[in-house]
Amino acid sequence: MLYFIEQCLNGVQLGMLLFLLAAGLTLIFGIMDLVNLAHGSLYMLGAYFAATFAEATDSFVIGAILALIATFVSGVVLEIIAIRPLYGRNHLDHVLGTFGILIFFNDLVRLIWGPAGMTLSLPSEMLNAVQVIPGIYYPVYRLVIIAVALAVGALLYFTVMRTRLGMLIRAGASNREMVGALGINIKLLYTLVFGLGAALAGFAGLMQAPILTVQIGMGENILILAFVVIIIGGVGSIRGAFVASILVGLIDTIGRAYVSDMLHSVLSASAASTLGPALASMLIYMLMAAILVFRPEGLFPAATR
Amino acid sequence: MKTSITPRNAVAAGLLVILAVLPLYTSWTGNVFAMTLFTRIIIMAIAAVSLDLIMGYGGMVSFGHAAYLGIGGYAVGILWKEGIASGFVQWPVAIGVSALFALVIGALSLRTRGIYFIMITLAFAQMVYYAALGMDRYGGDDGLTIRQRSTFAGLIDLNNRTVFYYLCFAILAGSIFLVSRIVNSRFGLVIRGARSNERRMRAIGFPVFRYRLVCFVIAGALCGLAGALLANHTNFVSPAVMFWTRSGDLMVYVVLGGLGTPFGPLIGTATFLLLEEGLSRVTEYSGLFLGPGLLLVALYLRGGIDGLIGGTRRD
Repeated sequence: MLYFIEQCLNGVQLGMLLFLLAAGLTLIFGIMDLVNLAHGSLYMLGAYFAATFAEATDSFVIGAILALIATFVSGVVLEIIAIRPLYGRNHLDHVLGTFGILIFFNDLVRLIWGPAGMTLSLPSEMLNAVQVIPGIYYPVYRLVIIAVALAVGALLYFTVMRTRLGMLIRAGASNREMVGALGINIKLLYTLVFGLGAALAGFAGLMQAPILTVQIGMGENILILAFVVIIIGGVGSIRGAFVASILVGLIDTIGRAYVSDMLHSVLSASAASTLGPALASMLIYMLMAAILVFRPEGLFPAATR
Repeated sequence: MKTSITPRNAVAAGLLVILAVLPLYTSWTGNVFAMTLFTRIIIMAIAAVSLDLIMGYGGMVSFGHAAYLGIGGYAVGILWKEGIASGFVQWPVAIGVSALFALVIGALSLRTRGIYFIMITLAFAQMVYYAALGMDRYGGDDGLTIRQRSTFAGLIDLNNRTVFYYLCFAILAGSIFLVSRIVNSRFGLVIRGARSNERRMRAIGFPVFRYRLVCFVIAGALCGLAGALLANHTNFVSPAVMFWTRSGDLMVYVVLGGLGTPFGPLIGTATFLLLEEGLSRVTEYSGLFLGPGLLLVALYLRGGIDGLIGGTRRD
């Protein structure tokens, strides 16, 4: 039981990271109708920036803040130079163009930081484990990830639903020409949204960095998970992305923890240990395929389309 | 079809002639490396031709096509490991299993449209990728080294580089011919019609779903054959061949060469792989040039290289 609760916490933590990544992806997709495969590159950039700045300033927090700003700026520059001409093109062009950007960033990072990975070490107080409920000790840092991501999620939801900027963003999603005709600078709005998405992706990357190593291509696996999340949640819906993130995080983590054991009870030991991990990795894709077959628009289809 | 000498035909014919006489050049100069590279180009071009059938002509943007490369490769690898080295068994199994996977994947995926189709095909490819990753007996993450190429009862010796090269070349030529026959048949017209206007095709009375599914299966089977060739070429198969970026590569080859054109996939594959090879000799960071190049192709090169050499395309 204690193990189960711990696994659930791990699942929620993975889910929250996925949410940071998926929120940006779904905003960019929902508003600009852009399939952005380079989103994982911004995640990677965030981690590299944080590792570099943290090393230079000798502070994790200052490094993280500087990295956030740096990924936001990178996102804005990327949008102005490379992404802007892709708006309004078909999805195949998006896939191709942003795939090119992904290839570019992988080699750019290798050029700047070298082929070896980096590590980002945490301040010592984050390394401890605290007792969350009697009998369960959980690393502080993972709790911090959950809390910070929840706060960012709440802030994002508030921004999109309750502020003027959010109103413009939602308006832009439903009818971009009309928003433009009403005198809103839609180009600037798109650039801001892309920068925001980039910062969120970078944030996810730098939060994940101390747990995994910072390396080239680190965004490629998790990008696909983020796509799974936005497809399950319904493209363009932040609420859907939130629910689907936690769902995917929980299923993936708990699957990895339990599928092998469950198979042991029905299959021989060797078959179970072979099949288990593979099946666990496949679970979320099965979930997504099932949802797409039965609810082709995802769980929370955006009301705007 | 009227055949006349246009820039497009000249380039295609030129490329075929170069490929046909390449072994003469390499045996004369002893350049084994060029032979290996071009064998790879030809095999990847077969995969690209199969993707072009569904993506270019059928409008089905599959982001999981590399899965069949892996399935075909693993069919060869697993059968070899279990003691069956005969190509007469291995290759039909590679084709058959790929077709079966394509049938299941297609039957579920083709209910969706647009971005959802792109993502669901990707999801299935990832499933196959993780399944291969979990096969400990067949190497798992490390992949499977296949110590023996497929045997054909002494009729064809794949260990002979030149023989293997010409076999691949013949299969490529056959694939291009097959695909161009398919797309110009009544069946192909339905597939192309459904790409332009699905609703209208259905209104005329065509069961679009079934036509598309058959097309999807043909493409999967052909790509599975390419996978069997690739496994024989590298004597190796690993899950990495099915990772989603590999599917992305295949899409790049097709679009770069020219979507929905007979020779586009070959031209695109050859261009990309040669460029990659050439750049890697000059710089360690070829992606810095290839990446922006791809973006420019996506933005400004409508119709790919084929469009560039042939001017505007009707269709």
